[in-house]
Amino acid sequence: MEIINDYGIVLALLGAVLVALVPGMASAKAVSMGGVAGAGIITENPSLFGKVLILQLLPGTQGIYGLLIAFITLSQIGVLGGSGDISFVKGILYLAACMPMIIVGYTSCIRQSKASIASMGVVAKKPDQFGKAMIFPAMVETYAILALLISLLAVNGVGGINI
Amino acid sequence: MKNLISSAASKNEMTDNLYLYGVARIRSKEMSLFSKSDIDQLMSCKTEKECIRLLNDKGWGRNDTDESLEQLLTSEREKTWELMDELVDDMSVFHTFLYGNDYHNLKAAIKQAYKGIERPDLYIKDGTIDLAVINKAIKEQDFSILPEHMREAASEAYQIQFHTGDSQLCDIIIDKAALDSIYAHGKGLKNELLSQYVEIKVAVANINIAIRSVKTGKDEFFLNRALVECESLDKKKLIESAKDGMESIYEYLSTTTYSDAVAELRISSQAFERWCDNRIIEYIKPQKYNPFTLSPLLAYLLARENEIKTVRIILSGKKNDIGDSVIRERLRQMYV
Repeated sequence: MEIINDYGIVLALLGAVLVALVPGMASAKAVSMGGVAGAGIITENPSLFGKVLILQLLPGTQGIYGLLIAFITLSQIGVLGGSGDISFVKGILYLAACMPMIIVGYTSCIRQSKASIASMGVVAKKPDQFGKAMIFPAMVETYAILALLISLLAVNGVGGINI
Repeated sequence: MKNLISSAASKNEMTDNLYLYGVARIRSKEMSLFSKSDIDQLMSCKTEKECIRLLNDKGWGRNDTDESLEQLLTSEREKTWELMDELVDDMSVFHTFLYGNDYHNLKAAIKQAYKGIERPDLYIKDGTIDLAVINKAIKEQDFSILPEHMREAASEAYQIQFHTGDSQLCDIIIDKAALDSIYAHGKGLKNELLSQYVEIKVAVANINIAIRSVKTGKDEFFLNRALVECESLDKKKLIESAKDGMESIYEYLSTTTYSDAVAELRISSQAFERWCDNRIIEYIKPQKYNPFTLSPLLAYLLARENEIKTVRIILSGKKNDIGDSVIRERLRQMYV
């Protein structure tokens, strides 16, 4: 049992690494897709830069949320200082706590980028409809925020469990 | 199975991302396409010159010289292809639209070699094959330097032209090979829009051939050589109905997806042509709201071609003093 418990910190660290890695990769890809589409619009109408930039950056938030959860997890498990004594079960719990942000972060990011790119098309044709166009990709953000909330509560909650 | 699905998904995603830049630019370019009100404005011009002035004001032409109607339309077509060249790395996706020019050039080269004359003005510049290659193939009878889809037809058409002097049969062979190549390329790209476009294009060509054959009293041999296999029309049934006359063709078409065309065919061939163009425009219209894939670029290309055709109809009408009501009857639906 003692040997298994040594792996608790490994699992917890794996959760922290994945939550920074997966949504971060998704955000990089999504922002790049937005950038490519944005460049196309700017080629034709440079005055739309500000509006297009906001739409490009919307799917970038998942990477930031992942970083936040990773940072809190690293603090909790003692990697950034303090005790690194994490039981095997607690390690699994930390990994599970990171999962909502890992999975929803990735999927919402890719889908949000598609909504953002479609909205760029609206801005290209009707720049005055930017407000409405921004709502569509912003709606996808809701689910990333919900996942962030659950991961945040779960990581904090696991810290308080004595197992 | 799982691997198959994931590879298909990643391929779709790749295709989606390949044209992001191009589609975004096209979204802005669509703003400058002519709408119905622009066409009305053009119609309200009294003379051809007035129309050209209006077109220049709207950015048509190269802005450096006083261009004629043909020069204006040619430069607009060139501008569209220059834009596509900027937007797409691999221009072979547009070969469906250019094969027709290649086969026209092949026809022109064979006819010129047969007559022993040289008329460079008969060639169309935009094609996928270098004109020098076509000319060399014909002059040296070395058809192996031509692309595979063209070799057999070029050799057969050449033999027939030179041995029998039958220009019509030579034309039929080349036209059929052109349609076959366009159809195969359009279907081969696995793009739904392009696939549907070539389906309509080939079916319309088949309908026109069948009707012309009835009017000119052509036999089954001619129809068999000229008609092209496609999914939406049964070649055998079309030949059978053409043998029985015009009404029989209309009856057969009424049982196909082209049943709406029968009424137009009864009016005139121009009305049928307009119906075909409008059907293509109706089909591509949803691409205005599609931010991914190659389809919006293809739709823009077809919309530009439709725009150029409409402008040509108006200006030719103005030039020849044709009444506005007659011109309006010939006008196509616009994409925007």
